[in-house]
Amino acid sequence: MQILNDQNFDQEVLNSEIPVLVDFFAQWCPPCQMQGPIVEELAKEMEGKIKVVKVDVDQAPQTSQKYNVMSIPTLILFKNGQVVKQMVGFRGKEDLKKEIGV
Amino acid sequence: MIYETIIIGSGPAGLTASIYASRYKIRHLVLGGQLGGTMALIPQIENYPGFKSISGMELTQRMVEQAKELGGEIKVEEVVKISKKQDFFEIQTEKETYQTKTIILATGTQRRQLGVPGEKQYLGKGVSYCSTCDAAFFKDKTVAVVGGANAAVMAAVHLAGFAQKVYLIYRRKPLRAEPIWRERAENNPKIEIIYETNILRIFGKEKAEKEIRNPKLEIRNKSQIPNSPAERDPASRDKFQTEGVGGVKLDKEYKGGKILPVDGVFIEIGGVPTTELIRPLGVEIDDKGFVKVNVEMATNIPGIFAAGDITDAAGEFQQIVIAIAQGARAVLSVFKYLNG
Repeated sequence: MQILNDQNFDQEVLNSEIPVLVDFFAQWCPPCQMQGPIVEELAKEMEGKIKVVKVDVDQAPQTSQKYNVMSIPTLILFKNGQVVKQMVGFRGKEDLKKEIGV
Repeated sequence: MIYETIIIGSGPAGLTASIYASRYKIRHLVLGGQLGGTMALIPQIENYPGFKSISGMELTQRMVEQAKELGGEIKVEEVVKISKKQDFFEIQTEKETYQTKTIILATGTQRRQLGVPGEKQYLGKGVSYCSTCDAAFFKDKTVAVVGGANAAVMAAVHLAGFAQKVYLIYRRKPLRAEPIWRERAENNPKIEIIYETNILRIFGKEKAEKEIRNPKLEIRNKSQIPNSPAERDPASRDKFQTEGVGGVKLDKEYKGGKILPVDGVFIEIGGVPTTELIRPLGVEIDDKGFVKVNVEMATNIPGIFAAGDITDAAGEFQQIVIAIAQGARAVLSVFKYLNG
Protein backbone atom coordinates (compact mmCIF):
# COMPACT_ATOMS: atom_id res chain seq x y z
CA MET A 1 0.00 0.00 0.00
CA GLN A 2 1.33 3.40 -0.92
CA ILE A 3 2.56 5.47 2.00
CA LEU A 4 2.73 9.11 1.00
CA ASN A 5 4.69 12.07 2.29
CA ASP A 6 4.66 15.84 1.80
CA GLN A 7 6.47 15.50 -1.53
CA ASN A 8 4.11 13.20 -3.38
CA PHE A 9 0.77 13.84 -1.68
CA ASP A 10 -0.57 16.43 -4.11
CA GLN A 11 0.31 14.39 -7.17
CA GLU A 12 -1.11 11.13 -5.85
CA VAL A 13 -4.19 12.46 -4.10
CA LEU A 14 -5.23 15.87 -5.40
CA ASN A 15 -4.50 14.99 -9.03
CA SER A 16 -6.17 11.60 -8.95
CA GLU A 17 -9.02 11.00 -11.36
CA ILE A 18 -10.80 8.59 -9.07
CA PRO A 19 -11.68 9.34 -5.44
CA VAL A 20 -8.93 8.77 -2.89
CA LEU A 21 -9.31 7.56 0.69
CA VAL A 22 -6.36 8.73 2.77
CA ASP A 23 -5.49 7.04 6.08
CA PHE A 24 -3.46 9.42 8.25
CA PHE A 25 -1.52 7.33 10.77
CA ALA A 26 1.61 7.11 12.89
CA GLN A 27 3.76 4.19 14.01
CA TRP A 28 3.26 4.97 17.65
CA CYS A 29 -0.51 5.15 17.56
CA PRO A 30 -2.28 1.90 18.57
CA PRO A 31 -5.65 2.43 16.88
CA CYS A 32 -3.77 3.40 13.70
CA GLN A 33 -2.07 0.02 13.70
CA MET A 34 -5.50 -1.61 13.91
CA GLN A 35 -6.84 0.62 11.16
CA GLY A 36 -4.06 -0.38 8.76
CA PRO A 37 -5.18 -3.92 7.88
CA ILE A 38 -8.78 -2.80 7.49
CA VAL A 39 -7.78 -0.05 5.09
CA GLU A 40 -5.64 -2.52 3.18
CA GLU A 41 -8.57 -4.92 2.80
CA LEU A 42 -10.72 -2.08 1.59
CA ALA A 43 -8.07 -1.11 -0.96
CA LYS A 44 -8.27 -4.56 -2.53
CA GLU A 45 -12.04 -4.53 -2.64
CA MET A 46 -12.24 -1.01 -4.08
CA GLU A 47 -9.48 -1.38 -6.64
CA GLY A 48 -10.28 0.68 -9.70
CA LYS A 49 -13.15 2.51 -8.03
CA ILE A 50 -11.40 4.21 -5.14
CA LYS A 51 -7.70 4.66 -4.55
CA VAL A 52 -6.61 3.98 -0.99
CA VAL A 53 -3.36 5.41 0.39
CA LYS A 54 -1.73 5.99 3.75
CA VAL A 55 0.03 9.07 5.06
CA ASP A 56 2.55 8.79 7.88
CA VAL A 57 2.02 12.05 9.78
CA ASP A 58 5.66 12.03 10.87
CA GLN A 59 6.73 12.02 7.20
CA ALA A 60 4.06 14.50 6.15
CA PRO A 61 3.76 17.24 8.75
CA GLN A 62 2.79 19.93 6.26
CA THR A 63 0.05 17.88 4.68
CA SER A 64 -1.27 16.93 8.11
CA GLN A 65 -1.35 20.55 9.15
CA LYS A 66 -2.98 21.65 5.89
CA TYR A 67 -5.91 19.33 6.51
CA ASN A 68 -6.02 20.07 10.22
CA VAL A 69 -5.25 16.54 11.27
CA MET A 70 -4.97 16.76 15.06
CA SER A 71 -6.06 13.30 15.98
CA ILE A 72 -5.22 9.95 14.51
CA PRO A 73 -6.31 7.80 12.88
CA THR A 74 -8.04 10.27 10.60
CA LEU A 75 -9.44 9.13 7.28
CA ILE A 76 -10.18 11.68 4.59
CA LEU A 77 -12.02 11.02 1.34
CA PHE A 78 -10.92 13.24 -1.55
CA LYS A 79 -12.77 13.76 -4.82
CA ASN A 80 -11.23 15.93 -7.52
CA GLY A 81 -8.76 17.34 -5.07
CA GLN A 82 -11.43 18.37 -2.56
CA VAL A 83 -12.15 16.99 0.90
CA VAL A 84 -15.61 15.41 0.82
CA LYS A 85 -15.51 13.52 4.08
CA GLN A 86 -13.32 13.55 7.17
CA MET A 87 -13.54 10.77 9.74
CA VAL A 88 -11.71 10.75 13.04
CA GLY A 89 -11.01 7.60 15.02
CA PHE A 90 -10.81 3.89 14.32
CA ARG A 91 -13.48 2.62 11.90
CA GLY A 92 -14.48 -0.92 11.08
CA LYS A 93 -14.64 -1.95 7.43
CA GLU A 94 -18.41 -1.97 7.06
CA ASP A 95 -18.64 1.39 8.81
CA LEU A 96 -16.07 2.83 6.42
CA LYS A 97 -17.88 1.46 3.41
CA LYS A 98 -21.08 3.09 4.56
CA GLU A 99 -19.36 6.42 5.13
CA ILE A 100 -17.70 6.53 1.73
CA GLY A 101 -20.93 5.40 0.11
CA VAL A 102 -20.12 2.13 -1.60
CA MET B 1 -19.35 -25.29 11.90
CA ILE B 2 -20.37 -24.65 15.44
CA TYR B 3 -17.81 -23.22 17.80
CA GLU B 4 -17.49 -24.35 21.39
CA THR B 5 -17.01 -20.80 22.50
CA ILE B 6 -16.93 -17.40 20.90
CA ILE B 7 -15.07 -14.70 22.79
CA ILE B 8 -16.45 -11.26 22.09
CA GLY B 9 -13.76 -8.69 22.73
CA SER B 10 -10.04 -8.69 22.05
CA GLY B 11 -8.71 -6.81 25.04
CA PRO B 12 -6.63 -8.50 27.73
CA ALA B 13 -9.60 -10.52 29.03
CA GLY B 14 -10.52 -11.81 25.59
CA LEU B 15 -6.95 -12.52 24.53
CA THR B 16 -6.20 -14.40 27.74
CA ALA B 17 -9.41 -16.37 27.30
CA SER B 18 -8.20 -17.33 23.84
CA ILE B 19 -4.82 -18.47 25.17
CA TYR B 20 -6.46 -20.65 27.81
CA ALA B 21 -9.11 -21.91 25.40
CA SER B 22 -6.42 -23.09 23.00
CA ARG B 23 -4.66 -24.92 25.80
CA TYR B 24 -7.92 -26.52 26.89
CA LYS B 25 -8.45 -27.54 23.25
CA ILE B 26 -11.68 -25.59 23.07
CA ARG B 27 -12.62 -24.75 19.48
CA HIS B 28 -13.04 -21.02 19.60
CA LEU B 29 -13.12 -17.70 17.81
CA VAL B 30 -12.32 -14.19 19.04
CA LEU B 31 -14.35 -11.37 17.58
CA GLY B 32 -12.97 -7.99 18.44
CA GLY B 33 -12.95 -4.35 17.43
CA GLN B 34 -9.71 -2.71 18.37
CA LEU B 35 -7.07 -5.33 19.27
CA GLY B 36 -5.99 -4.88 22.87
CA GLY B 37 -9.03 -2.81 23.74
CA THR B 38 -8.48 -0.15 26.36
CA MET B 39 -5.06 -1.62 27.17
CA ALA B 40 -3.72 -0.78 23.71
CA LEU B 41 -4.05 2.93 24.40
CA ILE B 42 -1.99 3.07 27.58
CA PRO B 43 1.31 4.93 27.14
CA GLN B 44 3.19 3.18 29.89
CA ILE B 45 2.28 0.15 31.98
CA GLU B 46 4.46 -0.35 35.01
CA ASN B 47 2.33 -2.57 37.22
CA TYR B 48 2.02 -5.66 35.04
CA PRO B 49 4.08 -8.33 36.80
CA GLY B 50 7.09 -9.43 34.81
CA PHE B 51 7.38 -6.16 32.88
CA LYS B 52 9.03 -3.19 34.54
CA SER B 53 7.69 -0.86 31.90
CA ILE B 54 5.89 -1.64 28.68
CA SER B 55 3.59 0.27 26.34
CA GLY B 56 0.00 -0.83 25.95
CA MET B 57 0.60 -1.36 22.27
CA GLU B 58 3.56 -3.67 22.87
CA LEU B 59 1.80 -5.70 25.54
CA THR B 60 -1.13 -6.06 23.16
CA GLN B 61 1.16 -7.29 20.39
CA ARG B 62 2.70 -9.86 22.72
CA MET B 63 -0.67 -11.18 23.83
CA VAL B 64 -1.99 -11.33 20.26
CA GLU B 65 1.13 -13.15 19.06
CA GLN B 66 0.85 -15.67 21.86
CA ALA B 67 -2.84 -16.24 21.22
CA LYS B 68 -2.28 -16.70 17.49
CA GLU B 69 0.68 -19.01 17.96
CA LEU B 70 -1.45 -21.31 20.08
CA GLY B 71 -3.95 -21.49 17.24
CA GLY B 72 -6.39 -18.83 18.30
CA GLU B 73 -8.53 -17.39 15.52
CA ILE B 74 -8.93 -13.64 15.96
CA LYS B 75 -11.19 -11.67 13.63
CA VAL B 76 -11.67 -7.92 13.61
CA GLU B 77 -15.42 -7.86 13.09
CA GLU B 78 -18.08 -5.90 14.88
CA VAL B 79 -20.81 -7.99 16.49
CA VAL B 80 -24.20 -6.53 15.67
CA LYS B 81 -26.56 -9.11 17.10
CA ILE B 82 -26.54 -12.03 19.51
CA SER B 83 -29.50 -14.40 19.67
CA LYS B 84 -30.30 -17.53 21.60
CA LYS B 85 -31.45 -20.50 19.56
CA GLN B 86 -32.56 -23.87 20.89
CA ASP B 87 -29.17 -25.46 21.54
CA PHE B 88 -26.75 -22.73 20.61
CA PHE B 89 -26.18 -19.02 20.29
CA GLU B 90 -26.05 -17.18 17.01
CA ILE B 91 -23.64 -14.29 16.65
CA GLN B 92 -24.06 -11.93 13.75
CA THR B 93 -21.31 -9.59 12.71
CA GLU B 94 -21.29 -7.00 9.94
CA LYS B 95 -19.83 -9.72 7.75
CA GLU B 96 -21.03 -13.18 8.78
CA THR B 97 -23.12 -15.22 11.17
CA TYR B 98 -21.52 -17.68 13.57
CA GLN B 99 -22.90 -20.40 15.81
CA THR B 100 -21.51 -21.28 19.19
CA LYS B 101 -22.35 -23.37 22.24
CA THR B 102 -21.08 -20.78 24.69
CA ILE B 103 -20.13 -17.12 24.77
CA ILE B 104 -17.54 -15.21 26.74
CA LEU B 105 -18.43 -11.53 26.85
CA ALA B 106 -15.26 -9.48 27.14
CA THR B 107 -16.30 -6.25 25.52
CA GLY B 108 -14.97 -3.94 28.19
CA THR B 109 -15.96 -0.29 28.18
CA GLN B 110 -16.16 2.73 25.91
CA ARG B 111 -14.52 5.97 26.93
CA ARG B 112 -16.91 8.02 29.04
CA GLN B 113 -17.77 11.42 27.61
CA LEU B 114 -17.99 14.65 29.58
CA GLY B 115 -21.30 15.54 28.00
CA VAL B 116 -20.57 19.23 27.51
CA PRO B 117 -21.20 21.56 24.55
CA GLY B 118 -18.36 21.52 22.07
CA GLU B 119 -17.19 18.03 22.99
CA LYS B 120 -18.62 16.29 19.93
CA GLN B 121 -18.09 19.27 17.67
CA TYR B 122 -14.37 19.40 18.33
CA LEU B 123 -13.67 15.68 18.40
CA GLY B 124 -10.46 15.23 16.47
CA LYS B 125 -9.99 19.00 16.40
CA GLY B 126 -8.55 19.21 19.86
CA VAL B 127 -10.86 16.96 21.83
CA SER B 128 -9.36 13.52 22.31
CA TYR B 129 -9.77 10.41 24.43
CA CYS B 130 -6.39 8.98 23.57
CA SER B 131 -3.21 10.73 24.64
CA THR B 132 -0.99 8.09 23.07
CA CYS B 133 -2.64 8.73 19.72
CA ASP B 134 -2.65 12.48 19.75
CA ALA B 135 0.00 13.89 22.09
CA ALA B 136 2.40 14.58 19.22
CA PHE B 137 -0.01 17.06 17.65
CA PHE B 138 0.25 19.29 20.70
CA LYS B 139 3.97 19.87 20.72
CA ASP B 140 4.71 23.17 22.48
CA LYS B 141 0.99 23.83 22.89
CA THR B 142 -1.27 24.02 25.94
CA VAL B 143 -3.63 21.19 26.81
CA ALA B 144 -6.12 20.28 29.47
CA VAL B 145 -6.61 16.76 30.80
CA VAL B 146 -9.84 15.96 32.59
CA GLY B 147 -9.88 13.29 35.28
CA GLY B 148 -8.10 12.22 38.44
CA ALA B 149 -7.42 8.51 38.29
CA ASN B 150 -4.51 6.67 36.67
CA ALA B 151 -5.54 7.20 33.07
CA ALA B 152 -5.85 10.96 33.47
CA VAL B 153 -2.67 11.39 35.48
CA MET B 154 -0.69 9.16 33.10
CA ALA B 155 -2.06 11.14 30.18
CA ALA B 156 -1.01 14.40 31.82
CA VAL B 157 2.53 13.15 32.39
CA HIS B 158 2.69 11.72 28.86
CA LEU B 159 1.45 14.98 27.36
CA ALA B 160 3.93 17.00 29.43
CA GLY B 161 6.59 15.37 27.28
CA PHE B 162 5.19 17.20 24.25
CA ALA B 163 3.14 20.22 25.39
CA GLN B 164 4.53 23.36 26.94
CA LYS B 165 1.78 23.32 29.58
CA VAL B 166 -0.70 20.79 30.89
CA TYR B 167 -3.68 21.60 33.09
CA LEU B 168 -4.98 18.57 34.94
CA ILE B 169 -8.57 19.33 35.86
CA TYR B 170 -10.23 17.09 38.44
CA ARG B 171 -13.64 17.46 40.05
CA ARG B 172 -12.39 16.25 43.44
CA LYS B 173 -9.32 16.39 45.64
CA PRO B 174 -6.87 14.71 45.93
CA LEU B 175 -6.10 12.82 42.73
CA ARG B 176 -7.09 9.21 43.11
CA ALA B 177 -4.38 7.79 40.89
CA GLU B 178 -1.69 5.46 42.25
CA PRO B 179 0.48 7.54 44.62
CA ILE B 180 3.48 6.93 42.37
CA TRP B 181 1.67 8.61 39.48
CA ARG B 182 0.26 11.37 41.66
CA GLU B 183 3.76 12.36 42.72
CA ARG B 184 4.97 12.47 39.14
CA ALA B 185 2.17 14.84 38.21
CA GLU B 186 2.64 16.99 41.28
CA ASN B 187 6.39 17.30 40.69
CA ASN B 188 6.20 17.97 36.96
CA PRO B 189 6.85 21.68 36.32
CA LYS B 190 4.71 21.66 33.17
CA ILE B 191 1.64 20.28 34.94
CA GLU B 192 -0.73 22.53 36.84
CA ILE B 193 -3.41 20.67 38.79
CA ILE B 194 -6.79 22.37 39.11
CA TYR B 195 -8.81 20.65 41.83
CA GLU B 196 -12.53 20.56 42.52
CA THR B 197 -13.34 22.05 39.15
CA ASN B 198 -15.30 20.96 36.10
CA ILE B 199 -15.37 21.97 32.47
CA LEU B 200 -18.69 23.45 31.42
CA ARG B 201 -17.98 24.07 27.77
CA ILE B 202 -15.35 23.61 25.09
CA PHE B 203 -14.77 26.54 22.68
CA GLY B 204 -13.18 26.88 19.31
CA LYS B 205 -10.33 29.31 18.76
CA GLU B 206 -12.57 32.11 17.54
CA LYS B 207 -14.94 32.10 20.50
CA ALA B 208 -12.13 31.61 22.98
CA GLU B 209 -10.34 34.66 21.62
CA LYS B 210 -13.46 36.76 22.05
CA GLU B 211 -14.21 35.43 25.51
CA ILE B 212 -10.73 36.12 26.74
CA ARG B 213 -10.44 39.56 25.22
CA ASN B 214 -13.77 40.70 26.59
CA PRO B 215 -15.66 38.17 28.67
CA LYS B 216 -18.63 40.47 29.15
CA LEU B 217 -19.23 40.91 25.43
CA GLU B 218 -22.01 38.83 23.88
CA ILE B 219 -20.68 36.35 21.35
CA ARG B 220 -23.22 37.37 18.73
CA ASN B 221 -21.84 40.92 18.51
CA LYS B 222 -19.25 39.83 15.98
CA SER B 223 -19.07 43.29 14.42
CA GLN B 224 -17.49 44.67 17.54
CA ILE B 225 -14.50 42.41 17.20
CA PRO B 226 -13.30 42.71 13.62
CA ASN B 227 -10.08 40.84 14.05
CA SER B 228 -11.22 37.29 14.42
CA PRO B 229 -9.63 34.93 11.88
CA ALA B 230 -12.88 34.38 9.98
CA GLU B 231 -13.51 38.07 9.58
CA ARG B 232 -9.99 38.81 8.50
CA ASP B 233 -10.22 36.23 5.78
CA PRO B 234 -13.76 34.97 5.10
CA ALA B 235 -12.44 32.69 2.39
CA SER B 236 -10.63 30.68 5.03
CA ARG B 237 -13.95 29.43 6.33
CA ASP B 238 -13.91 25.90 5.10
CA LYS B 239 -16.93 23.81 4.36
CA PHE B 240 -15.84 21.60 7.22
CA GLN B 241 -15.06 22.43 10.79
CA THR B 242 -11.37 23.17 10.55
CA GLU B 243 -11.11 25.46 13.54
CA GLY B 244 -9.52 23.77 16.52
CA VAL B 245 -10.13 24.01 20.24
CA GLY B 246 -9.28 27.40 21.71
CA GLY B 247 -10.35 27.13 25.32
CA VAL B 248 -12.64 25.77 27.97
CA LYS B 249 -15.04 27.35 30.41
CA LEU B 250 -14.63 26.24 34.00
CA ASP B 251 -17.29 26.17 36.69
CA LYS B 252 -14.95 27.94 39.08
CA GLU B 253 -12.56 30.80 38.72
CA TYR B 254 -8.95 29.80 38.29
CA LYS B 255 -6.31 32.51 38.56
CA GLY B 256 -8.79 35.31 37.99
CA GLY B 257 -10.95 33.85 35.24
CA LYS B 258 -13.25 31.04 34.26
CA ILE B 259 -11.94 30.77 30.70
CA LEU B 260 -8.83 28.65 30.28
CA PRO B 261 -7.15 29.01 26.90
CA VAL B 262 -6.09 25.56 25.69
CA ASP B 263 -5.36 23.97 22.32
CA GLY B 264 -6.56 20.52 23.29
CA VAL B 265 -8.74 18.71 25.80
CA PHE B 266 -7.99 15.12 26.71
CA ILE B 267 -10.85 13.42 28.46
CA GLU B 268 -9.93 10.53 30.74
CA ILE B 269 -12.84 10.02 33.10
CA GLY B 270 -13.27 6.29 32.93
CA GLY B 271 -15.29 3.85 30.91
CA VAL B 272 -18.91 2.91 30.43
CA PRO B 273 -20.05 -0.60 29.56
CA THR B 274 -22.00 -1.07 26.35
CA THR B 275 -24.93 -3.36 26.84
CA GLU B 276 -27.23 -3.03 23.82
CA LEU B 277 -26.13 -6.40 22.46
CA ILE B 278 -26.82 -8.36 25.62
CA ARG B 279 -29.97 -6.74 26.88
CA PRO B 280 -32.20 -8.73 24.51
CA LEU B 281 -30.68 -11.93 25.90
CA GLY B 282 -31.74 -11.11 29.42
CA VAL B 283 -28.22 -11.00 30.81
CA GLU B 284 -28.40 -9.40 34.23
CA ILE B 285 -26.57 -6.13 34.63
CA ASP B 286 -26.15 -3.93 37.67
CA ASP B 287 -27.45 -0.38 37.96
CA LYS B 288 -24.35 1.01 36.25
CA GLY B 289 -24.63 -1.38 33.32
CA PHE B 290 -21.92 -3.85 34.31
CA VAL B 291 -22.62 -7.54 33.73
CA LYS B 292 -23.26 -9.49 36.92
CA VAL B 293 -21.06 -12.56 37.28
CA ASN B 294 -20.40 -15.04 40.07
CA VAL B 295 -16.92 -16.15 41.14
CA GLU B 296 -16.86 -18.54 38.20
CA MET B 297 -17.50 -15.71 35.73
CA ALA B 298 -20.93 -17.13 34.91
CA THR B 299 -23.82 -14.79 34.15
CA ASN B 300 -27.44 -15.63 34.89
CA ILE B 301 -27.82 -17.14 31.40
CA PRO B 302 -26.46 -20.72 31.07
CA GLY B 303 -23.69 -20.76 28.52
CA ILE B 304 -22.93 -17.06 28.73
CA PHE B 305 -19.87 -16.05 30.71
CA ALA B 306 -18.16 -12.70 31.06
CA ALA B 307 -14.70 -11.37 31.90
CA GLY B 308 -12.89 -8.08 32.22
CA ASP B 309 -14.07 -4.49 32.58
CA ILE B 310 -17.58 -5.39 31.38
CA THR B 311 -18.20 -7.33 34.60
CA ASP B 312 -19.15 -6.10 38.05
CA ALA B 313 -16.53 -8.36 39.59
CA ALA B 314 -13.58 -5.98 39.53
CA GLY B 315 -14.93 -4.14 42.54
CA GLU B 316 -14.26 -0.74 41.01
CA PHE B 317 -10.65 -1.75 40.46
CA GLN B 318 -10.41 -2.32 36.74
CA GLN B 319 -6.94 -3.51 35.96
CA ILE B 320 -5.28 -5.57 33.26
CA VAL B 321 -4.24 -8.18 35.82
CA ILE B 322 -7.84 -8.56 36.96
CA ALA B 323 -9.12 -8.84 33.40
CA ILE B 324 -6.64 -11.56 32.50
CA ALA B 325 -7.48 -13.54 35.63
CA GLN B 326 -11.17 -13.34 34.79
CA GLY B 327 -10.52 -14.33 31.18
CA ALA B 328 -8.75 -17.47 32.33
CA ARG B 329 -11.40 -18.30 34.93
CA ALA B 330 -14.17 -17.91 32.37
CA VAL B 331 -12.50 -20.50 30.15
CA LEU B 332 -12.38 -23.03 32.97
CA SER B 333 -16.09 -22.48 33.41
CA VAL B 334 -16.67 -22.96 29.69
CA PHE B 335 -14.66 -26.19 29.82
CA LYS B 336 -16.72 -27.51 32.73
CA TYR B 337 -19.96 -26.45 31.05
CA LEU B 338 -19.05 -28.22 27.81
CA ASN B 339 -18.01 -31.37 29.62
CA GLY B 340 -20.77 -31.22 32.20
